[in-house]
Amino acid sequence: MTRYTAATDADREAMLGAIGVASIEDLFADIPSELRLDGPLALDRERSEQEVCAELRALAARNASTEDELSFLGGGMYDHYVPALIDSILQRSEFLTPYTPYQPEVSQGGLQAMFEYQTAICELTGLPVSNASVYEGPSAVAAAGYVARHDNRRRRFVVSRGVHPHARETLRTHAHAWGMEVVEAPIHEGRTALPELDEDCSAVIVAQPNFLGAVEDLAALARAAHEVGALCIAACDPLPLALLRTPGECGVDIAVGEGQTLSNRLDFGGPSFGFFSTTEALVRRIPGRIAGETRDLEGRRGFVLTLQTREQHIRRERATSNICTSQALNALAGVIYLSWLGRRGITELVELMVQRTAYARERLEAIDGITAVHREPVVREFAVALQCSAERVIARCQAMGVNPGYPLGADYPEHPDALLVAITEQRSRADIDRLVEVLGDAVAGELRASAARVGV
Amino acid sequence: MSAITPGADRDPADVVAAPFRADDAQTIFERSHPGRRAFVAPALDVPERPLDELLAPEMRRDRPPQLPEVSEPEIVRHYNRLSKRNFDLDTGFYPLGSCTMKHNPKLHERVAALPGHAKLHPLQRPEHAQGALELMWRLQEALGEIAGLPAVSLQPSAGSHGELAGVLLTRAYHEDLGRCPSKVLTPDTAHGTNPATVTMAGYEVVKVGTDEHGNVDLDDLRAKASDDIACLMLTNPSTLGLFEPNISEIAAIVHDVGATLYYDGANLNAIMGICRPGDMGFDIVHFNLHKSFTQPHGGGGPGAGPIAVSARIEPFLPRPVVVRRSAGGDGHRGDGAGTVFDLDVDRPKSIGRLRGFHGNYGVFVRSYAYIRSLGATGLRDVSETAVLNANYLLARLREADAAKYLPVAYDRLCMHEFVLSGAPMKRELKIRTLDLAKRLLDCGVHPPTVYFPLLVDEALLLEPTETETKETLDRFAEIVAALLREAAEDPEVARRAPYSTPVRRLDEAAAARRPVLRQAL
Repeated sequence: MTRYTAATDADREAMLGAIGVASIEDLFADIPSELRLDGPLALDRERSEQEVCAELRALAARNASTEDELSFLGGGMYDHYVPALIDSILQRSEFLTPYTPYQPEVSQGGLQAMFEYQTAICELTGLPVSNASVYEGPSAVAAAGYVARHDNRRRRFVVSRGVHPHARETLRTHAHAWGMEVVEAPIHEGRTALPELDEDCSAVIVAQPNFLGAVEDLAALARAAHEVGALCIAACDPLPLALLRTPGECGVDIAVGEGQTLSNRLDFGGPSFGFFSTTEALVRRIPGRIAGETRDLEGRRGFVLTLQTREQHIRRERATSNICTSQALNALAGVIYLSWLGRRGITELVELMVQRTAYARERLEAIDGITAVHREPVVREFAVALQCSAERVIARCQAMGVNPGYPLGADYPEHPDALLVAITEQRSRADIDRLVEVLGDAVAGELRASAARVGV
Repeated sequence: MSAITPGADRDPADVVAAPFRADDAQTIFERSHPGRRAFVAPALDVPERPLDELLAPEMRRDRPPQLPEVSEPEIVRHYNRLSKRNFDLDTGFYPLGSCTMKHNPKLHERVAALPGHAKLHPLQRPEHAQGALELMWRLQEALGEIAGLPAVSLQPSAGSHGELAGVLLTRAYHEDLGRCPSKVLTPDTAHGTNPATVTMAGYEVVKVGTDEHGNVDLDDLRAKASDDIACLMLTNPSTLGLFEPNISEIAAIVHDVGATLYYDGANLNAIMGICRPGDMGFDIVHFNLHKSFTQPHGGGGPGAGPIAVSARIEPFLPRPVVVRRSAGGDGHRGDGAGTVFDLDVDRPKSIGRLRGFHGNYGVFVRSYAYIRSLGATGLRDVSETAVLNANYLLARLREADAAKYLPVAYDRLCMHEFVLSGAPMKRELKIRTLDLAKRLLDCGVHPPTVYFPLLVDEALLLEPTETETKETLDRFAEIVAALLREAAEDPEVARRAPYSTPVRRLDEAAAARRPVLRQAL
């Protein structure tokens, strides 16, 4: 017996008797004896709750979280404040422990929350339809590519280098199996510079804001895609969308994105959720669950999973996607957060980030040895180039308790020593001033050290 | 309850019985009132610049998103009331076949919320994330041991994502050998995700039949096995809850034509510590951490779908892979035993990424805690008890009326789940499987999976899991017997069920015909 099971020896005896077998072993008679393990798995002994708790604490203590250092890391996931009511509501067992709502009569809470979530996502993206969530941001880009592939059967994706590097790689992983090629469009002075497009182009895929922080001219990119009959897919950060022209207004066909910024934990990268919204024209190609409104037999309003003939459990090999379990609880956090921010609050929050980010950008770019990577407008993230080793500067800063940002060199060889710096609402002016001081000292120290090395 | 004042036109008993029934379909958007708010922004503490200077007006939207304007108390009450309109595992029996609705230990929520796990940024440098990487590495080792396979990737986000990873790995394996088969075999009992995955990975599906005992039809498999077959995807125990006794022969047939053998881990809960997919000849296995390894289902996610693979598939695993290295003595915060953990991206044959970052780490924390809690003997006990509970429930349901109207689809010992057919019930009692499912809702239990597997007419797939007591199983069998008696007297009762739920039967056809997928604002 374990602490999570209840069958006592007496229970087992009674149950085996009712089944009509002599032993537990007999229940496994269908398993050929040569396949049965003859000893225990090479795993440890059973442990008490207290011991496991202590072990998991010890592992946690060997990670430097955003509570342990002043962090300016972004690059797709951001250290936003998570309001207390999120924790409280998400820990309710009625949201935490049900399965996908296959029985709508006893799943109205989850289904209605999906419907509210879909509404909120449509408001952010300016597109008329949203599903109830996909896994996360980069795979959402691949999911959008799959829709484009079926929509026009063309053979090429043109993806901006402003799209998250993980999303570009994820797209390539999938495109290879679809027999499609992926061509990257360069970034010129901060923004996507599309190559000449032709009618082999299935979709133009861009990010808003892009990975270097710049706000793209989505309308121009969508126009260019449409001129050759391709779709325009935009991978969007949902919070900046509160301020920016919406993908819908810009003519984007599919807006997807990483939902972590909407009150999901960092969790070392997951679980979070991806959002997926699109036009009426593509509604029957959407992947995953969609909640819809209906009535019960007494005329009461209710919600169900709908348009299920797209899905794998009905359509099987002709489904629009294989996705089954997605990210319902994470999306629930998203819609609660958006309600908490509210119509005015979300604008105030994003405007605050714009102001603080502008301040940080100006201060950092004024440091000797640091220059701008581009001059395009940004919302909460920007890139700066260091005139010395980014890796060594980061190490110096982390020794001072400051994580100054993400080094771009591995993903962008054209910016070998650049740093991507994110300023969420959790980073105050005092925090930014501290970054300026520590990063300035580190760059100066590194410049001196490398001058000394050259001198020797 | 005495404080509730019923409306003049309502029976007081109704109001007390269903206090959350009447008005709660109001959405959060409909609760909005201009001027209310829950959020107060932190003070602007930097010199303010005109917004037009920072973001030109033509870059900005004309009006803000029409999000609700509500106070914190309203939000809390709204979602708490919504929650009461859900049935959940912590409240009642949930024998949803193939979904493994086992208890979700509370410890896991506590440890997953520790700031060192929950507030760890995914781009933190590996030397400052040694605890997380060690946890992932140890989980990889444990899952590899459970599967009997040497290499693991934790990256896939759910079972279906693990399947996609597996078929893409299969493609990479064949391409590396200069082969390009075009088809993948799936049994006709497979989960819908299997054929959908095959198409997404650019292959064509070929179905393999099932014999009269519920096993893979070996003659059909032999007839369809050819050098144009890339893979066979198999669930074992199958979706019928039966262990495939011919698995070694199946593996030989598949391997003889050069194909890979894929293990859908949805049903792993039956065999942990008893036998291993790797020993059966499987090349690729996915795990549903939200099934066998207790990640709460969250009403439809999050989950995680790690994969374990054989040595010949290992070079193609998704990037990055968590590895353990000897410490270089350069001050890394390793485990103190001279090793450090790292993310290996230098894998030239890798299929590449399937998603961002490293996978659903928060899920890994919970599943790792579970494996540590149970250990080798505990995991075996889990599978034994899961199989015991399923066979006991089946035995109870073979008694009297249930056996007559809901016969078991394949008359043999089952593993952790089993399939009943509601065909005789439909014929003789004039109620369908769907009606029985809806009537079960009135009895405070979640119905089994219905109308799956497709092979069985009016199917019910029941999986009690190991965490249920004998009393719960007895009670469920009594409920089913009582509902069958009720149907014999008056089938209309079940046909119109449920009665006690927040809403009654919903018009799904209308929802699909005229989709209303968002609130009009």
